[in-house]
Amino acid sequence: MNVLVDNFAMFREGFVGTVRLTALASLLALVLGTIIAGFRVSPVPALRVFGVTWVTLLRNTPLVLLFFVVTLGLPALGLRGWDEDWLAILALGCYTSAFICEAVRSGINTVPVGQAEAARSVGMTFTQTLGQIVLPQAVRTAIPPVGSLLIALTKNSAIASGFNVTELGSVQKTLNMDAGYNIYVIFFWIALCYLIITFTISGLFRLLENRLAVAR
Amino acid sequence: MSSASVLYDVPGPKARARNRIYNVASTLLLVGLIVFVIYRFDETGQFQGGLWDDYQYTATQERILDGLVATLKAFGIAAVLSLVLGAVLAAGRLSDHRAIRWSATVVVEFFRAMPLLIMIFLLWAAFFPNDPMWAVVFGLTLYNGSVQAEIFRAGINAVPKGQGEAAYALGMRKTQVMVTVLIPQAVRSMLPSIISQLVVTLKDTSLGSIILYQELLFVGKSFAQQTPPVDGVYAFIPMVIIFGSIYILMCLALSSLATLIERRTRRSAKGAPAGLPATAATVMVDPSHSAEGQPTDPGSTTGASKSGR
Repeated sequence: MNVLVDNFAMFREGFVGTVRLTALASLLALVLGTIIAGFRVSPVPALRVFGVTWVTLLRNTPLVLLFFVVTLGLPALGLRGWDEDWLAILALGCYTSAFICEAVRSGINTVPVGQAEAARSVGMTFTQTLGQIVLPQAVRTAIPPVGSLLIALTKNSAIASGFNVTELGSVQKTLNMDAGYNIYVIFFWIALCYLIITFTISGLFRLLENRLAVAR
Repeated sequence: MSSASVLYDVPGPKARARNRIYNVASTLLLVGLIVFVIYRFDETGQFQGGLWDDYQYTATQERILDGLVATLKAFGIAAVLSLVLGAVLAAGRLSDHRAIRWSATVVVEFFRAMPLLIMIFLLWAAFFPNDPMWAVVFGLTLYNGSVQAEIFRAGINAVPKGQGEAAYALGMRKTQVMVTVLIPQAVRSMLPSIISQLVVTLKDTSLGSIILYQELLFVGKSFAQQTPPVDGVYAFIPMVIIFGSIYILMCLALSSLATLIERRTRRSAKGAPAGLPATAATVMVDPSHSAEGQPTDPGSTTGASKSGR
């Protein structure tokens, strides 16, 4: 009990840090993932190759290594002056974008062929077919997997604690070092914080799913 | 294979010309990006011989090998244990007894919702302060075991209902139905997902480097820190390039196994039980559409794409 009361400010900071990290990285991942999914179904071979390479590389790289790539690679490229928060958001967002891309792409693949054919036969262009017919339907099937990917992102954000970002993982680390508290109690409160965030996300996505559900 | 062929017509002369321009433009852009990255690395002195020299020494190579062995050891133990735990938990979730079912559900849901690193920190601080390997192994086991349990359960539920009913009608016992009828059929549809989850397990062994387990990434990190900087440049980029390739190759090898198995089960007529998640993809392989001359998608790994977490 005391752990939470004594260190409430630290917990609050960690909680806000995790929420901020998750929200911004999710935004990046969703935008980037959708763009890359578009690349992967586009008629331009170079873009398709880029999409496949992006997905293959990021899906097979451990996230910790990706954190190293971003935190050490960008300064080497001369892009200095980013603080750790943004680097962590970049790493998490890029990593998750590869998975989001695959979820969106398999969403596109589940739209019945007839839909796109009908759109084509009334003379819609590629952009119209994708934007008005295929994507709105694909989004509905992609929502549940995207929801679980964002939950995975929340959990992955704990890795940022190894890279000097203030969030729940670093709170646990700091408090574990401070002798005098029961580590199980610390774990309990940290776990509760994560459960609050993940339940919120899954609740939001269930809501979204129900709102968008269409009888087919 | 992909739906790409339906989204647009077979390109005519104009569209082909336009696509060619797009293609050239985006190729130039991407090549430009790569050249820029290499140029900047060269400019900032990442390619100086001094930073890479270390990797020529046998001692260095042996340490990399040691790290690799440590990674594979943690992965191997965790993989076996997580499969066992997954089987136990799945059996619990499919049990006829409500108490067992509920407790298995609570365990699965809890460990799936916990960040792996938080679990590993706890195990490290509480049980294995001097032996981080077991913290990594048990953390991976608890997390991946719960995920595997869900995969097993989904696989067994995907076997057509008639199979189990027929077996019961023949007078088989619960265990017999499960072992001789349901599991052999379920394993075929589950294997790609199981292996994708094993890839996740392999990748997550790298979390060990944060709690100072001397695995592959930890070795890389300590190389980068130990190599004396040349002209003020630390040897981080060589480390990232070398160790990144090792990880990517290992994971690709494992996930190509998943693709191979998936392709084999799809090819054999008997091996594709109904109700597979793959049906959505098979709809797309309508012969009337695949004849449009679109290049087949090189990366269509339906099994691996579901890996997620």
